[in-house]
Amino acid sequence: MHDFLSSLQIDTGLVRKILVSFLCQEIERTGLDGAVVGVSGGVDSSLSCFLCAQALGPQKVLAVLMPYRTSSPDSLRDAEEIVRLSGVRGLTVEITPMVEALLAKFPEADQRRRGNIMARARMIVLYDQSAAQGKIVVGTGNKTEILLGYTTLYGDSACGLNPIGDLYKNQVRQLARAVGVPDHIVAKAPTADLWQGQTDEGELGFTYDQVDQLLYLLVDERYSPAECVEAGFDRAFVGKVVERVRQSQFKRVPAPIAKLSNRTIGYDFLYLRDWGT
Amino acid sequence: MAVAFAFNFARGIAQPHPPWYHGRVRLPLALAQMSTLLGNVAGNLEKHIQLAREARRQGAELILFPELSLTGYVLQDLASTVACRPVEDDPVFSVLLRESMSIDLVVGFVEEDRRNRFFIAGAYLSRGQVVHVHRKVYLPTYGLFDEGRFFASGDQVRAFDTRWGRMGLLICEDFWHASPPYLLWLDGADILLFMSSSPGRGLYQEGVLESAWWVEQVNQSYASLFTSFVAHTNKVGFEDGLNFWGGSTVFDPNGRRVARAPFHEESLTRVDLDLNQLHRTRARLPLLRDERTELVLRELQRVRAQGGPPNNFG
Repeated sequence: MHDFLSSLQIDTGLVRKILVSFLCQEIERTGLDGAVVGVSGGVDSSLSCFLCAQALGPQKVLAVLMPYRTSSPDSLRDAEEIVRLSGVRGLTVEITPMVEALLAKFPEADQRRRGNIMARARMIVLYDQSAAQGKIVVGTGNKTEILLGYTTLYGDSACGLNPIGDLYKNQVRQLARAVGVPDHIVAKAPTADLWQGQTDEGELGFTYDQVDQLLYLLVDERYSPAECVEAGFDRAFVGKVVERVRQSQFKRVPAPIAKLSNRTIGYDFLYLRDWGT
Repeated sequence: MAVAFAFNFARGIAQPHPPWYHGRVRLPLALAQMSTLLGNVAGNLEKHIQLAREARRQGAELILFPELSLTGYVLQDLASTVACRPVEDDPVFSVLLRESMSIDLVVGFVEEDRRNRFFIAGAYLSRGQVVHVHRKVYLPTYGLFDEGRFFASGDQVRAFDTRWGRMGLLICEDFWHASPPYLLWLDGADILLFMSSSPGRGLYQEGVLESAWWVEQVNQSYASLFTSFVAHTNKVGFEDGLNFWGGSTVFDPNGRRVARAPFHEESLTRVDLDLNQLHRTRARLPLLRDERTELVLRELQRVRAQGGPPNNFG
């Protein structure tokens, strides 16, 4: 199989410069005074946290740690290390009481529902802190998980600004190392930590390095699925990933509004969010 | 021999020359690599005046702004609300024309014509006059670009005269096609002025974004192939998630880069164009002299007459 990992190499200095400017300038024009970011102890949120600290100054960044009773203690410890290293302000809000209150009414809820409830509970905490502090919620989703739909709609995908959503997982790792995220956090197995023993790659059924290369070809280089198979990817794997991307498009676009009038939001009412600024 | 030698050094003094020769030989230029407010013309106009005055203080006599410098780039439905007319009694242009008494300006704006079509346009202003207006011909409408949805396409590519000689003005996608610069060259332009709002993209070159690398190559190629000056001002800043990469450049008729502004930062870059370089380069490399325009026209007409695919005439 051809090795496309080299195609995923980024100039981390250049990328860091652009993302730091992005955060600084885009947050300034909202009129909000800093960033709120949910820090889980994983590489994505660690990177977002470090970038925010560099862009805005650590005193303008609030890292919110939101463990649930089954969260791995290692995750919390790693999150606390990120807060310490980046110098940002930290706040720990355990989401267990919020989640348990709802689950008490629906004890039959399965693992997926429980996981989504937790992700959305975290969203509530972050947005409330955003209002309390006058800071924007900065996202932590990467390009791989967004394309695969490995996110909770209005949960971890909810944010005001996302600096790393155009970087594949492999590239997030490169950048994280370059900005000073400790290697043990960069290298550990990614997990949503929504139940014990959960790992992203276990759930997806393939590794990030494998799928990053495939997505790079399909999305960035516009290869057809057949061309990917020719390049050496397993046919079933290609099929599975293509389907996953298509089926998760609903998580990446706003909900359709039925068009009735001559000018409809989402179709012909077109302005950037930066309108006027 | 001695007389010929003296002639070369003393030209312009000892011998009569065609009128155009007595034009200016040094062009003190400023590249106004700025960010904009999206849809706020008054705010952007103020910035133009500040930069023009600063450029003047630094000895510039011509200041080149980016594409849509008066309005911002991703306008979408704002396009029809930020338009102006490049005439004396337009509230925006009256201010700019007053400023053009002290320094020549090339500004980017949305033009609304008499029939209410909207164009992405650039205007060259000098000594209280609108010397030339270029309406962007090629409107990228693919990928992230949607210009064709909101704007009409210009239908002219013309050189124009200034006190430094004949120039051409193009906007972004116009110079992503070889044809407009080529036409301007044939129409007598020795200095090509490019304005753009180019979004930064492509991570797979080292040290620069792919879009920056591509545009710089292309600008250098035009300067080299046409043995002309190419001056390019690109926008900086952000509009939602789009970054604008700056990296404005000037290339001389040898294809050498004589200036480059920083990437991703606002700057006012002063560069003096030594117009004598045109003489030196073209004496060594007479590509312009040898260009066979009639052949080009003849062959194009043949291709067109043959019609149909695979050629590009309908």
